[in-house]
Amino acid sequence: MLRQNWWKILCIILLIYTFVAGFLGPVPAKPILNETIRNYYFHIAMWFSMMIFFIISLVYSIKYLRSNNHIFDIYALEYVKIGIVFGVLGLATGSVWAGFTWGAFWSNDPKQLGAVIALLIYLAYLVLRNSMTDMDKRARIGAVYNIFAFAMLFPTIWIIPRMVESLHPGGQGNPAIHADGHIAMVFWPGALPGWTLLGVWITTLRIRLQLLAEQQHEHVL
Amino acid sequence: MGGSVRHIWALFKKDLLLEVRQQYTFYGVLLYIASTIFVLYLAMGQPEAAVWKGLFWMIELFICVNAVAKSFLQEGKGRLLYFYSIAGARDFIISKLFFNALLMLLMSMVSLLLFTIFLGDPLAHSLSFLLLSSLGGISLSLVFTFLAAIAARAQQSAALMAILGFPLIIPQLMLLNKASTIAFEDVLQSGLGSMIALVIGLDALIIALAVILFPFLWKD
Repeated sequence: MLRQNWWKILCIILLIYTFVAGFLGPVPAKPILNETIRNYYFHIAMWFSMMIFFIISLVYSIKYLRSNNHIFDIYALEYVKIGIVFGVLGLATGSVWAGFTWGAFWSNDPKQLGAVIALLIYLAYLVLRNSMTDMDKRARIGAVYNIFAFAMLFPTIWIIPRMVESLHPGGQGNPAIHADGHIAMVFWPGALPGWTLLGVWITTLRIRLQLLAEQQHEHVL
Repeated sequence: MGGSVRHIWALFKKDLLLEVRQQYTFYGVLLYIASTIFVLYLAMGQPEAAVWKGLFWMIELFICVNAVAKSFLQEGKGRLLYFYSIAGARDFIISKLFFNALLMLLMSMVSLLLFTIFLGDPLAHSLSFLLLSSLGGISLSLVFTFLAAIAARAQQSAALMAILGFPLIIPQLMLLNKASTIAFEDVLQSGLGSMIALVIGLDALIIALAVILFPFLWKD
């Protein structure tokens, strides 16, 4: 199914829709936020798709442990990498947004901290993998760490920010954004699937590249 | 099931006996705790409550890395294979989790005692902090036991354990640090119960994951 083209075309159309409707469409006039509310289509979509990629990676790690199929390990690794890229982009877009609305690019908000911790943990995953040279062992131990890290991290970044005060919407000090009306019409059918599909597209390309490189390697041997 | 409990107990007793006979970890970590806290005292004197609390959890973290790192690195490859074949991976990891939890419980008490001696006593509710630091010590030991197993499998030293563990432990340390505010002031803290419940829930999750994932780690 992933070799087909329709979802790549869909991805481009959705992203064009996101950019056109996102920058030109009407948005509710909120105090403080004003026009920056359009960042909703980028910042939140980045985070959302980062979590989707880490969940996909978790699934492939579990599949690897169940089957010992080497390909699943490549899938898990590449989805972690794209998750990190989207995480960094989410952090950057959020930081710019915060600079114009909260008055500082960084303010130790619980969600900002959670994001940085998530990135550190997944960077440690890459370090762990690079510390081993044996392919089998690297795949197995990497998969175990991936599952463990996910289970340690996500409950806390889903629960802690709801328990403490945050500058993010839902907490105090910021007019909460509810995705309704035009924003919901752009975010749910446009921005979120568009960015996620773009990430999947990049990842499938990288996976194919990895598999080709391995084939070539075997050929040389 | 009965056999499994007997295996766990035997492995646990073996660790305990080794400790009692060699007395290497205990005194080694004890010396580490005492000298670290003494250096802190020389550097800072008696800090105020917020600093005291932050330092306590950081020192607890370093103690845990040092105390737990040994648990897998001390076993040679042949000996591990032997344990694996006679007792099974699950019994082995459970006995290690128990032993390290006990060790860290003890070390938390010692470091709390030394903290109050050297760095002053800003605690308003000593008992609740004692309970929280015990809970925290056990939580840290569970996470680092599993990470020590991973690091040992990757044939790396304690350095890798610190690299893997420090990011992973931040959420728990944040929770513990926040929860322990209650011991310093007479404030009504919202969400204390749920924070403690979250820490205990995470501990249960770690034990479950360790039991499920450890056999994969040791398969060769």
